Amino acid sequence: MSKILIDIKNLHAEIEDEGKKILKGLNLTVKAGEVHAIMGPNGAGKSTLASVVSGKDGYEVTEGSVEMDGKDLLELDPDERAKEGLFLAFQYPVEIPGVSNINFLRTAINEIKEYRGEEAVSAKDFMSMVREKSKLVELDSKLASRAVNEGFSGGEKKRNEIFQMAMLEPKVAILDETDSGLDIDALRIVAAGVNKLRNENNAVIVITHYQRLLDYIVPDFVHVLADGKIVKTGDKSLALELEEKGYDWLTTENA
Amino acid sequence: MTLTLSKKMAEFTSRLETPQNNYQQAAAERLENMDFPSTRDEYWKYTRLGKITNTAFELGTKLTKTDISSFQTCDNIITIAQGEIRDDLSSFNDLSIVVERSFPGQFGVNNVRNEEKATIFTTINDAYFREEVVITIPKNTVLSAPLQVLVLHEGDQIINMPRLRVVAEGSSEATIIMTTGCQDNYTQFSNCLIELDVAANAKLTFQNVQTGNDNHLTITTIDARQAADSRLAVNTFTLNGLLVRNNVNIAVDGQNCETHMNGMLVTKGKQHVDNHTFVDHKVSNCFSNENYKYVLDDQSTGVFNGKVIVRKDAQVINAYQNNGNILLSDQASVDSKPELEIYADDVKCSHGSTTGQLDENALFYLQTRGISKEKSEKILVGAFIGDVMETIEDEATNQYIKNHLQEVHGWDSDIEI
Ligand SMILES: Nc1ncnc2c1ncn2[C@@H]1O[C@H](COP(=O)(O)OP(=O)(O)O)[C@@H](O)[C@H]1O
Ligand SMILES: [Mg+2]
Repeated sequence: MSKILIDIKNLHAEIEDEGKKILKGLNLTVKAGEVHAIMGPNGAGKSTLASVVSGKDGYEVTEGSVEMDGKDLLELDPDERAKEGLFLAFQYPVEIPGVSNINFLRTAINEIKEYRGEEAVSAKDFMSMVREKSKLVELDSKLASRAVNEGFSGGEKKRNEIFQMAMLEPKVAILDETDSGLDIDALRIVAAGVNKLRNENNAVIVITHYQRLLDYIVPDFVHVLADGKIVKTGDKSLALELEEKGYDWLTTENA
Repeated sequence: MTLTLSKKMAEFTSRLETPQNNYQQAAAERLENMDFPSTRDEYWKYTRLGKITNTAFELGTKLTKTDISSFQTCDNIITIAQGEIRDDLSSFNDLSIVVERSFPGQFGVNNVRNEEKATIFTTINDAYFREEVVITIPKNTVLSAPLQVLVLHEGDQIINMPRLRVVAEGSSEATIIMTTGCQDNYTQFSNCLIELDVAANAKLTFQNVQTGNDNHLTITTIDARQAADSRLAVNTFTLNGLLVRNNVNIAVDGQNCETHMNGMLVTKGKQHVDNHTFVDHKVSNCFSNENYKYVLDDQSTGVFNGKVIVRKDAQVINAYQNNGNILLSDQASVDSKPELEIYADDVKCSHGSTTGQLDENALFYLQTRGISKEKSEKILVGAFIGDVMETIEDEATNQYIKNHLQEVHGWDSDIEI
């Protein structure tokens, strides 16, 4: 039996300032080697789930727990969660003028290595890693060394997210609508990149509201997140059903 | 009332002896009728001078710690320690420059600054300076390397009056990097006066790298004038000091001039740093640009005042000004004020001032990649000050500033700026 990498139990979270409840008792268990898709209507709380799991400020967890590989994630700062092996591909990757993509990645990798008691990566090894991994998502190596996401097209930003994932080799990756804004070719490239990074020791959580991506990244489980909870779980055929029927039948059924 | 005021000045000068020469005695007499400005004075509105005015300083005595290796960034260096040039700590043979010292005894009425340009601090400098160091870059000479002017201080409750004049003769080109250093962590007040004379078609870059100590006090006045077709850049980097006030006054006297002022400061604790700049566009067809970036932490305070005058008949002037501020703590604050006085009509002038925190989304993004919050902040700050850092072309000086960011502000060496 493969081990549990992410274990979310009865997670309740609200917006700190407004007290607005977004997650209302969410459960999700993800094991090594698995791909889980989370689908659901706009505003259901999918990105909020990603934010809470990765430790963004502004959300209060009022109940429940999140464990990664046996560690209580909610106790850790965002960078510590990353050091433990969590990765988030942002729905809206942030532009950071003046900060070079590869310089900050090198800092990140070395901080992670230090945390794990490993040796820093040499400049030479790092550069060959950059070459190899940028090829994986067909990211122009010039883009890799530009300022983080600055002036990147929508598709380039998403590819840059997967490039970073490839560089950081996370245990658990959450991809938040990585498919949105991608044309079919870019979608194939990104999906192929993710597939190459999958193995029996890691897991991927794919947040999407199109079935399309799941033709390329084939999920073991499909969950429907509506009104802050997982309201239905099935296999990949559920995604097709959702494509056909939409979400209303699930949300009303649950109401 | 007058009694208490003059008492303050009397106390301030009580441990200073007026030298026996006409020039300085006249200056000392002028001082008797002057008083320190208060915050009611518009020019000093946000800077309290108590740390300076309530201390009876003594003139610095001969430097005892003569190791300058931690400050030296250029092969060619002139060391001015305790207000006097040190031949044994200076060497600039690679450069075709002329360095002279001129003593107050040789100064006459011609050297007295007109009332408009004289302040109490330039007058104190007049009354007590030991010598003026005059660096001349001869006509048509292009310096092959930058010249460092190292200004050193040592001792407790010391006042020094470094005084420097740079004469960039016609069509010369030079970069001068002035570095201020302290040999200990005592309180020293550097009342520094610098004059830059940029002749026609000359190019001069003057870098003012302020790395005093935690207790350092300075009023640094740079008075510059530019003749036609010249280019002048005055860049100020403040990395330490308890109370720092920089006055950069540039009179653009000739046409087709280019004037740049850049500034960067990173503060902590209760530091107070005040930059007052003044560009006086007296004639037509000139360009000036100014960019100051402040990063304020803890309870520190910053002041930026950028004054630009475009005189009547000074047409086709482009004058730009930008001041960006990042407050890293709730208790840090900044007062930023542009002061544009435009009396000509064909003028393009703009100014922008922003004050805010670091971009939270960017901060979170970096953290999710495994970089600690502290370091992520520094990476973003490094990016913020990057454009000003780029104005230092000299690699060793760049490294020197980075070293100070590490030692004084706890940065990591791998943060790119
Ligand atoms: N920081 C925030 N402040 C206020 N409301 C928020 C914030 N983040 C999310 N929300 C709200 O929470 C709900 C869920 O949003 P989100 O998680 O982005 O949904 P999804 O990703 O499923 O489309 C929405 O109603 C959204 O407006
Ligand atoms: Mg979303």
